[in-house]
Amino acid sequence: MTTLMTPAAVSTLPGLTAPAPTPLTQTTTLTLGKAINEGLRQAMLDDPKVVLLGEDIGALGGVFRVTSDLLAQFGARRVIDTPLAESAIIGTAVGLAYRGYRPVCEIQFDGFIFPAFDQIVSQVAKFHYRTQGAVRMPITIRVPFGGGIGAAEHHSESPEAYFTHTSGLRVIAVSNAQDAYSLIRQAIASDDPVLYFEPKRRYHVKGEVVPEIGAPMEQAVVVCPGRDVTLLTYGALVSTAREAALAAFDEGVSIEVIDLRSLSPVDYAVVEASVRKTGRLVVTHEAAQSGGLGGEIIATVTERCFSYLESAPVRVTGFDVPYPPAKLESHHLPDLDRILDGVDRVMGRR
Amino acid sequence: MIDSSPRPVQLLSPDGERMPAGDFDPWVEDLDGPALLALYRDLVVVRRIDTEATALQRQGELGLWPPLLGQEAAQVGSARALRSDDFVFPSYRENAVAYCRGVNLTDIVTVWRGNTQSGWDPYTVNVATPAIIIGAQTLHATGWALGAQRDDVDSVAITYFGDGATSEGDVNEAMVFAASFQAPVVFFCQNNHWAISEPVGVQAHRNIADRAPGFGIPSLRIDGNDMIAVLAATRIALDRARTGGGPTFIEAVTYRMGPHTTADDPTRYRDPAELAEWKTRDPLLRLHRLLTALGEITPEVEAATQALADAAAVELRAGCIGMPDPEPLSVFDHVYATPNATLERQRTDYAGYLTSFDSSEQNPKA
Repeated sequence: MTTLMTPAAVSTLPGLTAPAPTPLTQTTTLTLGKAINEGLRQAMLDDPKVVLLGEDIGALGGVFRVTSDLLAQFGARRVIDTPLAESAIIGTAVGLAYRGYRPVCEIQFDGFIFPAFDQIVSQVAKFHYRTQGAVRMPITIRVPFGGGIGAAEHHSESPEAYFTHTSGLRVIAVSNAQDAYSLIRQAIASDDPVLYFEPKRRYHVKGEVVPEIGAPMEQAVVVCPGRDVTLLTYGALVSTAREAALAAFDEGVSIEVIDLRSLSPVDYAVVEASVRKTGRLVVTHEAAQSGGLGGEIIATVTERCFSYLESAPVRVTGFDVPYPPAKLESHHLPDLDRILDGVDRVMGRR
Repeated sequence: MIDSSPRPVQLLSPDGERMPAGDFDPWVEDLDGPALLALYRDLVVVRRIDTEATALQRQGELGLWPPLLGQEAAQVGSARALRSDDFVFPSYRENAVAYCRGVNLTDIVTVWRGNTQSGWDPYTVNVATPAIIIGAQTLHATGWALGAQRDDVDSVAITYFGDGATSEGDVNEAMVFAASFQAPVVFFCQNNHWAISEPVGVQAHRNIADRAPGFGIPSLRIDGNDMIAVLAATRIALDRARTGGGPTFIEAVTYRMGPHTTADDPTRYRDPAELAEWKTRDPLLRLHRLLTALGEITPEVEAATQALADAAAVELRAGCIGMPDPEPLSVFDHVYATPNATLERQRTDYAGYLTSFDSSEQNPKA
């Protein structure tokens, strides 16, 4: 176990003198947000080169409290409240990575990531390729994403496709507390840069967490086996997809729900095996349809499993509109009924 | 408008006269005749390398080349102030810096021949892959400096950029971060007066060096064609950074005597009288004059220096032309540090495509 160091300047701050929490050692029920927090804590204990950068991540613990208490435990040298400049959060992480650090950057909201887009796409993603493997970018970029919380503009977006389109990045989206814990640890340990999308409307959903790394993050998971339709999704919509499977079961349709987890690369082995079995595919995501991940997955599955398909695959997605005002978001976001409508269409029932 | 505030600090006049400069002088006390001659040799060699690379581009051996003609003293003077454990975050024009750090001559042009995206392993010479996105590297330098600070070492990051880059958000954000955390980083701005076709007046209505104090970063405005002033200023900035004094901003006032790159045509936008004026402030000429006055320049020294430069040019040309083309399937290499099934499938498919042709005559890529 690493010896912890709390700089004097930090320990004298009021309210920050609490004893360091002990890491998770047994199965515990945690919220998804707290599970990320515990994963971060374990990663920081495991490797002194792990540092956190972001806005309000220190004393406040982040606007969603995901980094709560980490400043008190690890000090300001490792939990860095940065000035409000997203490009600089990522750009300085690149420099830290150059020096052997494993930075974990928090982008406060999905819609705030774009000032950092150039550093992510032109620098973080390309350095390993550019230098023929000499310079690694083990940077994790945490992004709360998605809607359904009645927020102001720029606080509910799903920008994942910009990053899945960018070679050199790994992109994952978690849906439950266990994966939140396991995959944040894997993302930080990865020698590749990882965009880690957190379903913000599920931050408070509880689940059992075993303090283990679990299956590799690039593996998709069948969360509910089925016979008739493959329903593919990730992030916040995984639980909606489960509800859809339950509802459809009552109507005699057996849905296999796949939680992709890794959006880049996509685990096509699991996806293809499922589609070969069911012959029908529905993909649902909150992000807009055109140019979205659903289209890419359906194209690939069609190329590889064409003769297995019983009907044309279906997308149930956000519309091709800017994220709408809060009172319209229920129309924009795929919900249980729209997903079931998609299932009906792929089943040829309407 | 631009030159309204005090003249840049000068320790060596265009006539080759050593000018007293108060606080700067103690930092260059060690510069005796032989030391100055060694620096002069660097200037001659890097100018020769630059000329040869331009020729290689004209002959079709390089796709592009960004000449540094006129900026030799700014680059050599600052690079020679560094310790080997300091780390350089340059733009694409800092080829004289790369030379001073020990980058192989051939490695300087592999990028411009189109063979690689990075000519060298940054860790072998502590020089990052030059950034092409304007100003992006200033943030990397600042981050590296934050790491050095956390490692409790006194190594310093230095980042090079031009007057055009000072308009980029990244450069300004880098200064905010560097000031907030008192990061050991030196911002070395070569104001070469031109960002492709845009004169510095488009970027700045006051001297660029005047901006840094607003960020809480002290700045120095120096004659960038004056090797001695550049060396002194960089040593001052490095010492501040090493001893916990935080970042320093240096504006080295120089001039891009050539085009932006070999694809550029400055006659479309630049008054030839301006170039003629700057030729009188040539960085090589003035150091040559000082060395002549010091009695360091003899016919033998001249001949030996020229021979050194010519040998560098021969080595560069041979290395450039003799460079093997990359293997086709290496297009897939190093995208990720860890295995990636999607990409491996594309590699396998493309390898199969390439081998599906019976002979090289039929292979469209052969």
